Amino acid sequence: MDNKETLMTAFEALLGNKLRTGLAILGIVIGIGAVVALITLGQGATQSVQNSISTLGANLLTVSPGAASQGGGIRGSAGSGTSLTLADAQAITSSPTVTTVKAVSAEASRNYQVTYKKENTNSSVTGAFATYLSVHDDTLAQGTFFTEKDMNSLAKKAVLGATVATDLFGTANPIGQTVQINHIPFKVVGVLTSKGGTGFFSQDDIILAPLLTVQKLLLGSSNIQSISVQATSSDVMTTASEQITTLLLNRHHIKDPAKADFNIRSQADILSTATSATSTLTGLLAGIAAISLLVGGIGIMNIMLVTITERTREIGIRKAIGAKKKDILTQFLFESIVLTLTGGILGILFGFALSFLGSKLLSIPFTITFFAPFIAFTVSSAIGIIFGYYPARKAATMQPIQALRYE
Amino acid sequence: MITLTDITKSYKMGPNTFQALKGITLTIEEGEFVAIMGPSGSGKSTLMHIIGALDIPTTGKYVLDGEPVEKLTDDELADIRNRKIGFVFQSFNLLPRMSILKNVALPLAYADDPDRIEKAKKVLEQVGLGSKLQNKSNEISGGQVQRVAVARALVTNPRLLLADEPTGNLDTKTGDEIMHFFAELNNKGNTIIMVTHEPEIAAHAKRVITLRDGLIHSDVRQKPHHEPYGQ
Repeated sequence: MDNKETLMTAFEALLGNKLRTGLAILGIVIGIGAVVALITLGQGATQSVQNSISTLGANLLTVSPGAASQGGGIRGSAGSGTSLTLADAQAITSSPTVTTVKAVSAEASRNYQVTYKKENTNSSVTGAFATYLSVHDDTLAQGTFFTEKDMNSLAKKAVLGATVATDLFGTANPIGQTVQINHIPFKVVGVLTSKGGTGFFSQDDIILAPLLTVQKLLLGSSNIQSISVQATSSDVMTTASEQITTLLLNRHHIKDPAKADFNIRSQADILSTATSATSTLTGLLAGIAAISLLVGGIGIMNIMLVTITERTREIGIRKAIGAKKKDILTQFLFESIVLTLTGGILGILFGFALSFLGSKLLSIPFTITFFAPFIAFTVSSAIGIIFGYYPARKAATMQPIQALRYE
Repeated sequence: MITLTDITKSYKMGPNTFQALKGITLTIEEGEFVAIMGPSGSGKSTLMHIIGALDIPTTGKYVLDGEPVEKLTDDELADIRNRKIGFVFQSFNLLPRMSILKNVALPLAYADDPDRIEKAKKVLEQVGLGSKLQNKSNEISGGQVQRVAVARALVTNPRLLLADEPTGNLDTKTGDEIMHFFAELNNKGNTIIMVTHEPEIAAHAKRVITLRDGLIHSDVRQKPHHEPYGQ
């Protein structure tokens, strides 16, 4: 029997029991839909993380202290060291051997409770150089930034991130007002332009103040948590990184670069780390969704087994009038493939609808890619073949006379 | 055309073995019209299934058209059933979801015949059902269903027509119609073998074989098999 005829037969049989067909398809729709939705959402989340990292500033290198190392070789967590000093930052700025650096800002931060009248919020208070704006490609929405003079005079001036400004002042003008950071009054001189970014990656939830002021009045230590360096262009990132490494190794009297007590990471490094983290998460979620797909596949197998038992007599009749094993096998295999493919196509649409809603809800970009539907299509037809094969083979190998006698 | 030598068939029924056929030796020539009779349990349906290549004998030899049937694979048997044999089952065995036309065309679909729809239409017209082509089997009368079953058996133009109680579920008038149709086919040269327990139906055949307890009890030639029916 030719394939077209067999396909027609499969459609007729499936339309003959619409409710059962619909329920079997539903299992696949949910499975494929979940996989497509999670992959699409995952890609959207990755996109969102990438976007917010790229707003950290172009050509940015971050020097952070290495892990604190005891004599016994027990290492603390990365960044726990105190190896970076203000002098290091100043050396990077002024050293004649570092030629590819445009601006440097040493930074130290900690979360504090910040209050204004009855409003309060908890935010990251970052002590920075007056060069912060140019290093991080940041701009002010209103007011001014603190200056180098403010830093040296330990001025209690603060620049608020957009979120902090809204939280504390609502729509009122914060410039010139005084906020309490850890019960110490700071005068608000400026507000940063909103960078967007959501949830755990918000860069608007920040308060900037002169580094020395923060160190002396809030942190009570002269530690530096990071030195942000802006290279002169994106082409010299590697050179800049090498020059800074050489300089700092010299300053710290370390001969073996492998034992360096600091790390230099570029924005690209951070990007790839964050991307790989979100992809891992996406993969994990898609894996969980794939389990529901497996359950759907088992549902198909179950339905097909019931179907061939019910239609044993039909199989007997077909064999009696000349159907070969292959004819019966393809007939039932086509039925299961039609089921899973229909489920797959509906599942792709369902998955896109779901991820569209999800992306609106999580305010991440909604991107349609052809990767997810392609995979879903392949997987659903594979499921049809894999889970349909056993029942179809069972039907194909029935003895005609036993099948005809089946009541 | 058909040579059966010492055919036995046993079924396992739980711990016991039931021997349906105990040694049948039989030759049926091309163009014969044979009725197989016998009480229920005598093995007549089993014999019919073996002749129709639906079932294989436990022991013995079956040669159909010079081919030793017991040596064939399942697919080769399917091919024999498709090309050489037409079946009319006692319970009709039509597929209820399909139209009558498609039911009749189905054996030709398995033979990959591109003209199957035309051929099926023609046979259905021959049995007087040209106006019911698109009906389903539950939309026509019992006698019409039986005629559809006959049409499906004939559509491949088989040399051998097998019928299991072809009139069993029909009233006498419809049964007679079917028998006349069979006789006409036999006149055209088709070999017909039918199982029946009604002597008046068997009277239409030219040769009557009676089975009892899995053995041939009698084999009576009522008419010479070349003699056209009704003369």
